[in-house]
Amino acid sequence: MSENRQTEVGNSYNGFIKKAMVIGGGIAGISASIDLGNAGYDVVLVERLPSIGGRMLQLSETFPTLDCAQCTLTPKTVETGQHPRIKLLTFSEVDEVEGKAGDFTVKVRRKAAYVDWEKCTGCGLCQEKCPSKNPFEFDRGMGLGKAIYTLSPQAVPNKPVINPSNCRYFLEKKCRVCEKICPTHAIDYEQQDRFVEEKVGAIITAVGFDLIPKESFGEYGYGEIPDVIDGLAFERLNSASGPTTGEIRRPSDGKIPKEVVFIQCTGSRDPERYMPYCSRVCCMYTAKHARLYKHKVHDGQVYIFYMDIRSTGKGYEEFIQQGMEEEGILYLRGRVSRIFRDGGKIVVWGVDTLTGKKVEVYAEMVVLATAIIPQKDTKDLAKKLGITTDEYGFLTEVERKLRPVETDVEGIYIAGCAQGPKDIADAVAHANAAASKVQGLFARH
Amino acid sequence: MDYLYFPGCTLYTKAKNFDQTARNCSLLLGFELKELPNWTCCGATFPLSTDNLMALLPPSRILGKARERGATLTTLCAICFNVIKRTNRLIQGDEEKRDKINNFIEMNYQGDLRILHYLEILKEEIGFSQLREKVKKPLVGIKAAAYYGCMLIRPYEEMEFDDKEKPTLFEDFLEALGAKPIDFPFKIECCGSFQSVGSPEVATECAYQILGSAIKHGAEVVVSTCPMCTFNIDHKQSDIKQKYLDFKTIPVLYFTQLLGIAMGFDYQTLGFEQNFVDPIPLLKEKGLL
Repeated sequence: MSENRQTEVGNSYNGFIKKAMVIGGGIAGISASIDLGNAGYDVVLVERLPSIGGRMLQLSETFPTLDCAQCTLTPKTVETGQHPRIKLLTFSEVDEVEGKAGDFTVKVRRKAAYVDWEKCTGCGLCQEKCPSKNPFEFDRGMGLGKAIYTLSPQAVPNKPVINPSNCRYFLEKKCRVCEKICPTHAIDYEQQDRFVEEKVGAIITAVGFDLIPKESFGEYGYGEIPDVIDGLAFERLNSASGPTTGEIRRPSDGKIPKEVVFIQCTGSRDPERYMPYCSRVCCMYTAKHARLYKHKVHDGQVYIFYMDIRSTGKGYEEFIQQGMEEEGILYLRGRVSRIFRDGGKIVVWGVDTLTGKKVEVYAEMVVLATAIIPQKDTKDLAKKLGITTDEYGFLTEVERKLRPVETDVEGIYIAGCAQGPKDIADAVAHANAAASKVQGLFARH
Repeated sequence: MDYLYFPGCTLYTKAKNFDQTARNCSLLLGFELKELPNWTCCGATFPLSTDNLMALLPPSRILGKARERGATLTTLCAICFNVIKRTNRLIQGDEEKRDKINNFIEMNYQGDLRILHYLEILKEEIGFSQLREKVKKPLVGIKAAAYYGCMLIRPYEEMEFDDKEKPTLFEDFLEALGAKPIDFPFKIECCGSFQSVGSPEVATECAYQILGSAIKHGAEVVVSTCPMCTFNIDHKQSDIKQKYLDFKTIPVLYFTQLLGIAMGFDYQTLGFEQNFVDPIPLLKEKGLL
């Protein structure tokens, strides 16, 4: 919004720049940015994707209140976009970092969007007319997206980018439909990456998380069974803005699945093969998925395989109990050893350790609660910032209990899932803490 | 090229057909299986407890003796292969246990043998494309289900044979012979193993599931690499028939028997009399006899 706004006077004192950069525009980065902006400090928010919102924007409803993720998030993204003190650099990545607290120079790569965002009005005509349809990554590959796209109709900023690996013009030197249709002539196929330099006094790193790919699990079919999906994919299926406009229809044939198996701890708490840690959110979001499914498919049966139920947040245990007692969700304490296709069925072999019996379910869809892992380039970013990561690639804090948002480098802070798995409430609290640390730093100078 | 060969007990008794066909085929493929003299039982199971060194002595002795004669040791039986390969790996990587074992068996074996399964020789030393060229009678039209069982691939970190959930080596072999490999979900499931002694009904059920799945997916013959599996899924077919009256039997062959047919051996040398279900009608139907 306010990209070219002049830096206001008074945000530097004795050479100590009282302006912050937040890397990552998910709920943690947004929360920290708004806090700092409201405290009167200028903020540069850098986001890799074309618009802010992060993972939370992919979610349908959130636990334990079951309110719509987009309905709670969109006011925040809009506030961020319109905030007079927040400058958005989306579709951008941090390239180089130099300096020290109070005087960092950050070189940011602004990736070529092939759209001149100054000219673009966000009318959406180009996306409507673009003839190239491809699996849409934001929908976990399920829906179709155009080669020129925004992540959502409420994208902030509401400016599209072209993905050259899907665009007919880039692939075959034909088409140019978007260029012809654009009323403001904003399409620019010749656009190159460019670099901008930002001088800031503090940096908050809130680069978020990824999920361990379902392709990692041979025992669950190496991702080759289309109706074995991960938790984020289920979020998209259940989301009104998703590929099925919120109807639970399985990817292979669009059928409404009547027997659905959820598998918690897929890749978590598995020290021998995958991640030894608990991903913290899966117990809750699986319960949420199961309940949301039951709200939509009344005659559907849900099976949840779990190791333990870890529901330690406010209102969380009640949420789980309600699902078990009132919604007929079947919890089976045990692991699933194998999933395979036999004819049209998905066969799930597991065990119920409470009865000691083997369990075989002919499922119509399976949802894997795959482990939370760091973004794959978190380590590279940490190197640029001079901060450290743990053995998994999560950013490390100075002290696990007493200094949870500071890093070894003064002026650089961490927030959200980049530090380790967190639910939304914890990620926001972490971000609020990081923002207040920055305010403390600025207040001291 | 010669390979030092450890047959194992079963290949001298119940699985003579496995041993003989492997030896005969190797000569036509340009290598010889040189039997390790004075060999003993492999131990039959790799010990499940971590401090059971006694159980490691038989395979260690075999390995020590083999090393005196060569750098590679080959086996056919999937269980022998499993025990020997895992013991070899343990001796290689665990200095303390290596010293204890060597002290006891009065040898000085360092774990530096290369352990190869016969299928690995075919894949890595001969090459499946070469094998394809050497085939005299391609098994065209035979729908064969490659049954791996567990011992060849698991634990996969130690066996390093093929992918643990979706192995393809065996299918590639069948394809090289000209057969049409059938994929079926039970190809890596347990045959019931020694349950056939204590709880035979468990093993029968396993065999029924495996064969039933193979048949359902269109298999005309099931191919095995393991005398234990073969005992359970082939010879158990009479028990299956008693329990499931509509069950139709299916020939279960060792992969070397199929190789023998493809290499043009007279069927009378292939030891079909040891197989529970006679494959000759099928082979005749396919024009291979």
